[in-house]
Amino acid sequence: MRVMAQMAMVMNLDKCIGCHTCSVTCKQAWTNRSGTEYIWFNNVETRPGLGYPRTYEDQTKWKGGWELNKNGRMKLKGGGRFKSLVTIFSNPKLPSIDEYYEPWTYDYATLTDAPAQEHTPVARPKSLISGKNMKISWSANWDDDLGGSTETAHRDPMLAKIADKVKFEFEQTFMFYLPRICEHCLNPSCAASCPSGAIYKREEDGIVLVDQDKCRGWRKCVSGCPYKKIYFNHRTGKAEKCTFCFPRIEVGLPTVCAETCVGRLRYIGLMLYDADKVLEAASTEDEHGLYEAQRDVFLDPFDPEVMREAEKAGIARDWIDAAQRSPIYALINTFRVALPLHPEYRTMPMVWYIPPLSPVVDVVQETGEDAEDKGNLFAAIDALRIPVEYLAELFTAGDVAPVDAVLKKLAAMRCYMRDINMGREPDASIPAAVGMSEEEMYDMYRLLAIAKYDERYVIPSAHTEQAHSLEELGTECAVSEYGGGQHDLFGEGSGTPTPIAVENFEMLQDRQTSDSLAGPENKRARVNLLNWDGKGSPPGLFPPKGPDS
Amino acid sequence: MSTFLWVVVPYVCLTVFVLGHAWRYHYDKFGWTTRSSQLYERKLLRIGSPLFHFGMLGVVGGHVIGLLVPRSWTKAVGIGDHLYHVVAVTGGLVAGVMAVVGMAILIYRRRTVGPVFSATTAMDKVMYLFLGAAILLGMWNTIAGSIFTLGGEYNYREGVSVWYRSFLAFQPDAGLMADAPLGFQLHALVAFGLFALWPFTRLVHVFSAPVGYLTRPYIVYRSRDDQQLGSHTPRRGWDRINK
Repeated sequence: MRVMAQMAMVMNLDKCIGCHTCSVTCKQAWTNRSGTEYIWFNNVETRPGLGYPRTYEDQTKWKGGWELNKNGRMKLKGGGRFKSLVTIFSNPKLPSIDEYYEPWTYDYATLTDAPAQEHTPVARPKSLISGKNMKISWSANWDDDLGGSTETAHRDPMLAKIADKVKFEFEQTFMFYLPRICEHCLNPSCAASCPSGAIYKREEDGIVLVDQDKCRGWRKCVSGCPYKKIYFNHRTGKAEKCTFCFPRIEVGLPTVCAETCVGRLRYIGLMLYDADKVLEAASTEDEHGLYEAQRDVFLDPFDPEVMREAEKAGIARDWIDAAQRSPIYALINTFRVALPLHPEYRTMPMVWYIPPLSPVVDVVQETGEDAEDKGNLFAAIDALRIPVEYLAELFTAGDVAPVDAVLKKLAAMRCYMRDINMGREPDASIPAAVGMSEEEMYDMYRLLAIAKYDERYVIPSAHTEQAHSLEELGTECAVSEYGGGQHDLFGEGSGTPTPIAVENFEMLQDRQTSDSLAGPENKRARVNLLNWDGKGSPPGLFPPKGPDS
Repeated sequence: MSTFLWVVVPYVCLTVFVLGHAWRYHYDKFGWTTRSSQLYERKLLRIGSPLFHFGMLGVVGGHVIGLLVPRSWTKAVGIGDHLYHVVAVTGGLVAGVMAVVGMAILIYRRRTVGPVFSATTAMDKVMYLFLGAAILLGMWNTIAGSIFTLGGEYNYREGVSVWYRSFLAFQPDAGLMADAPLGFQLHALVAFGLFALWPFTRLVHVFSAPVGYLTRPYIVYRSRDDQQLGSHTPRRGWDRINK
């Protein structure tokens, strides 16, 4: 047993309203630089839909992830090491900018510079790639809320697999949102595809990062990642990816996407896993077995044997505590309601999802029946095979049973809690029907419905003795705009980048967790409302009151 | 004059080449990249880039054999002058034509595809000039000199190659180069100019050829290094206090 710790996330899709706040805040924090205009470390897709980049899930086309060879051994779907090196001069499987979208800005100056004229001046879209006027025809989110309209639905690779079962009848349409970040896989195929060895998995917390100093821009990682969550910065010529906001995680703060999530649907915590079993699990022959195989890789943090081995492996006591309190462990292993995204890619992804139930409830409600009555809801899940099979394509390689079980648990929780909320006698047979005790069901309800900040995000801070080495290891700003680096000689962003200061994040955490007001009390200060965390009214928020009041 | 051209200039260029790379690697690891433009344009690159790169690998290989292997060695293993000549010219022509065609496609692409052109730095343009000139002069030497023997017979293995080995051995014999035909002289001078430019261009990616990929484990794990604060070597004055 070789115990390793992994920072992981679970998203409860039932709660996602598709507001894109996570995408926007992430972009502001990480990819608001030139060269990264088209890059969204976090994006929210409407499913069914084409995704971003378009049809990225079609691995017969893009060849991302792993597959088993004839002997049942793992091999990169894009080809082995030798093939990779032979094709290095022009990567055959790299999505072009059109597959993402051509980023643009608007020529705002015309709005103010235009002379007085009969017609209102317009700001024309200008391409951020060529600088020319352009016609906007696609974006990261072009099919947002369309739910796979007739225009695009037939091109959704997941829908195509179950095409005989889904009819594109207007009455039968369904949709839900799928927020995606890097999966920080246990068996990352991006890292395996990198010829330079620049992509690495941090031993401490399993976060997968690109060493910007080692990346040579071969672009093999972009092809290797089946989720297409590694991007090529076309100005610096280096690969960039979601960093799991490691500078925040190191001081115990959740990622920006999780922190700003309006629906509070994201959970962050640690998982302990047995690194020796990863390869074996990923090589499970039956694709339907991959979900269970990955669950078997995770270790029970309450098992004394595991705790002993973890301490031997150098995992600090407070990290083991955090692993025990981890909401991720509860959702994946205790309640078993979270499922991995595309386990069939065999990368052992570590951002899991609770499949959405709401559309099912809505459909029952429309029939005039009581949507949250036990009998009706269970029957509805069985009857509504269409979404369940679609969900199964996303989360269990097409195996309907685990998705069915999760949806039934969520439905049972609604029925059970309804009785409690209505002041009726709770019905122990409801949890029993899905194999849970009443306590478990209530605990699950608490975690899913009312868990507070510190229950949703159980993030042990990196040890201070490690903090110096952990900071600034990974993707950093290409800061030529901010005075570092050189602009033209070797290409944008050359030179030494300015490191991310861990102090800033520590200050932010102090402020967010302190009991006192945000501003110094003895000074007349102006309040920056963007930084105000809503605690009390800091001095300076309102003008000083007059002497008579 | 011949000492200046065939002793001073080459050694200055070699020094710049070596020190330049050391400096660039030390101070600009972040800028050390292929700076691929595949994201902008794919179809032309798909043809041009492999043609050019594989052609150049052949060209470099040919130069290594032609410059570093003495005539006496090939004779000793029974390869006569004629056989050697035929193999060298055929191989050189194939590789050279690949490189020239590939380069023509790439330069055409770079000039005509808007986003690619605007991502081209001044250094790139200078580099293209030298690289293109070196390749074209090399082709001229092969075609005009070795096939049609314009301007008389010249066996570079008795002249240029010997000078090059003497240059690498730090006992340069400038006379050998001064007697070489103009085409060879120009080719050598342009090539040395290119070597001097090399560390300051995107050509540095040649030295990142990822052959280590064939042997390293697939997944790289990295942990903290107690001796280093980050992946960057700390600047002067930012040393750790507690060792």
